[in-house]
Amino acid sequence: MTTETVVERRSAGRKLAGLFHGRRRLQAGTLLAGPLAWLVVVYLGSLVVLLVSAFWSVDPLSGELVQGFTFENFELLWQESVYGDVIGRTVLVAAAVTVTDALLAFPIAFYMAKIASRRGKALLVVAILLPLWSSYLVKVLSWRTMLSNGGVINWALEPLGLEGPGYGLTAVWLVMSYLWLPYMILPIYAGLERIPDSLLSASEDLGGRPLTTFRRVILPLSFPAVVAGSIFTFSLTLGDYITPRLVSNDQFIGNVIFNNISTNLPLASALAMVPIVVMIGYLLVARKLGAFEHV
Amino acid sequence: MRLSRQSALVLRVAVGFGLAFIYIPLGVLAIYAFNASNILEWPPPGLTLDWFPKALEDESARQAFTTSLKVAAAATAIALLLGTLASLAVARHRFFGRETISFLVILPIALPGIVTGVALNNTFTQVLGIDLSLFTVIVAHATFCIVVVYNNVVARLRRVSASFEEASADLGADPWQTFRFVTLPNMRSALGAGALLAFALSFDEIIVTIFTLGAGEETLPYWIFTNLFRPRQLPIVNAVAVIVVLLSIIPVYFAHRLTREEGGATGGRGGRGREVEAEATAVP
Repeated sequence: MTTETVVERRSAGRKLAGLFHGRRRLQAGTLLAGPLAWLVVVYLGSLVVLLVSAFWSVDPLSGELVQGFTFENFELLWQESVYGDVIGRTVLVAAAVTVTDALLAFPIAFYMAKIASRRGKALLVVAILLPLWSSYLVKVLSWRTMLSNGGVINWALEPLGLEGPGYGLTAVWLVMSYLWLPYMILPIYAGLERIPDSLLSASEDLGGRPLTTFRRVILPLSFPAVVAGSIFTFSLTLGDYITPRLVSNDQFIGNVIFNNISTNLPLASALAMVPIVVMIGYLLVARKLGAFEHV
Repeated sequence: MRLSRQSALVLRVAVGFGLAFIYIPLGVLAIYAFNASNILEWPPPGLTLDWFPKALEDESARQAFTTSLKVAAAATAIALLLGTLASLAVARHRFFGRETISFLVILPIALPGIVTGVALNNTFTQVLGIDLSLFTVIVAHATFCIVVVYNNVVARLRRVSASFEEASADLGADPWQTFRFVTLPNMRSALGAGALLAFALSFDEIIVTIFTLGAGEETLPYWIFTNLFRPRQLPIVNAVAVIVVLLSIIPVYFAHRLTREEGGATGGRGGRGREVEAEATAVP
């Protein structure tokens, strides 16, 4: 009895296997059906809905959603200089945070990948992973208290006759650079790990000074990894609205989207197109640079 | 790599600076968790252990913690399934539009959280007519978690030759047996690393969560968010944060063990041999 069922089940499996055998397309299609259905229907579908609703409008009298077709939201974004300022400010801070993080992350990643002993490397990996696990909000809160008038930063700078930046754009730049630093370190570290040490030795043997080796071997080979990290630092800054609210009075794209979402959904949707377009452009360039293998 | 004494020193200083930048705010936070006063002044007027038992007894915090665990576990499970399927298709098959898959998978995490949040919120409430609930949060989280599983597994599959699987098939194994006994053991640690990262992403997510969470439900970040501006609750929030950091040592330990098995930070890029090599050439 038992042997029979085993044989039967096996033959059913065989039949199924036979169905798939040699049919590579069918195999690929079966594997892809689930992920594609999810990503295309749930995600791209939602983005399309968002795009469509960017052309709707709100009746100024009743405040009700009019599902027509109008460019007025985009015209408003274009004409009102406030929105231009907000977009410019957000993109600028995102770029500044990305550059700052790349500069801070590279030496750490390099030390981890190429210099540290095995033990030191292990400790550093844990040291970089640990803050990634502590709450984002709590880290922002910690900075909020540190930057406050009676906070640590002013307390530490006071004897030197200096004053901290307080709340504002500088604070946003500082806090975001802090928050997203591990997202930059990890891809660069992984990218540097992939460079065989023999390449570095070869450069050395051929008379390359450390700086030359760095500039002509290490930097070009690890650049895609830096770009991979920058996708995160840039995008995370572009969409964050909680940090600006907690450590500044400045409006970022995220704040304006958030503030309009319940009163003027079409305008919020139109504004959401800005980071979408910026990031899709960024991703296309990043893919060209080979960054996707490093994310 | 050998460095001159000078550049080694510069590098060490840069690393020290970076680590100080990372850890000083966490240290300040930890100190405030022992602050005897409700007011966040520096230096704290006195220290106390009172907030920790209060945080552990706080019913709403405990519930939010459990909710976050549930959401993260469910989102990770979905991401594991979908990410593995997609990576098997991309790494082992050729088909039209294969290059587009990696773009599609990366999009939900590369677009800012507020875009994902607004878009999904819009679709759930306006188009599908679904009430926001834990289910909608799980769907949203799973969407941006797929990429971390996908990337880890696809990188692994590219390194493991497909000829093992072909050999298994030639020896008479059916596709399931080949997957179970050949493919799966090869990508186990990549799956583990991907799962841990997905879990971490979901557990700490706040922006997408705000837009997709049902009324009356609270994840831990959402609980923190709502209690951040209540002065009476603030010390408890700090204590909860410290407890979460301490608890996070468990998954970080496992992540570390997984990567030790493989070498590399994100699940096996580079091998063990390279680590030894790096050690041999390290600056004394």
